[in-house]
Amino acid sequence: MTFDDFLAHPATVTAHAMLVVLSIALLLAFLRLARGPSVPDRVVALDVIATLLVGMIGVYSIAESDPVLLRVAMMLALVNFVGTVAFSYYLQRRVTR
Amino acid sequence: MEWITAALMTIGSIFALMAALGIVRLPDVYMRMHAASKSTTLGVGCILLSVAVHFGELGIASRAVLTIAFLLLTAPVAGHMIARAAYLTGVPQWDGAVVDELEGCYAKHAPPESEPHGPPPDASRSQETA
Repeated sequence: MTFDDFLAHPATVTAHAMLVVLSIALLLAFLRLARGPSVPDRVVALDVIATLLVGMIGVYSIAESDPVLLRVAMMLALVNFVGTVAFSYYLQRRVTR
Repeated sequence: MEWITAALMTIGSIFALMAALGIVRLPDVYMRMHAASKSTTLGVGCILLSVAVHFGELGIASRAVLTIAFLLLTAPVAGHMIARAAYLTGVPQWDGAVVDELEGCYAKHAPPESEPHGPPPDASRSQETA
């Protein structure tokens, strides 16, 4: 890709660059998931990974000019919320009972 | 329009990257939650806004805005739940933390005063009578 490409299609070229940035962010969050000393650390890392995936799907749909995957992003956000609440509910229940 | 898309996408991705950096670098689960819940919501919100601007159709834009609203609604609830679970399971604070305002409010590692479920001795007694 050249600079002329960037001037002709700024959104597409930026989307490809931002996919790299979001991949680095995903890698960092995965580092915390693998290393986290306590279980809530890992739950937070999973939450961040799923939210970053929602953003990545949005960037990908711009890069490919294909909005089909956006409904996947919406469902991923929903399932992520339910998963996080379930994780913390059972963590809490393990202590309070 | 393409330049607005590119700018919003760049801002959102940089916020997401900073959130991930905070997840790795901050010393304490509560501080990591601070980076996780606020920064990712803003970053992904910017990215989805750029999707809505880029495609410019009503169906896609409404779906993107719906996802943003959903993220804005659920991120505080999820963060609150994880923070509560972390505090109740006794995850320690950072050594440099100045104050723990909940100290003494909950018995850590111990059952609370009000048990929401029925106590087990009643069940055994009912079995004996039956």
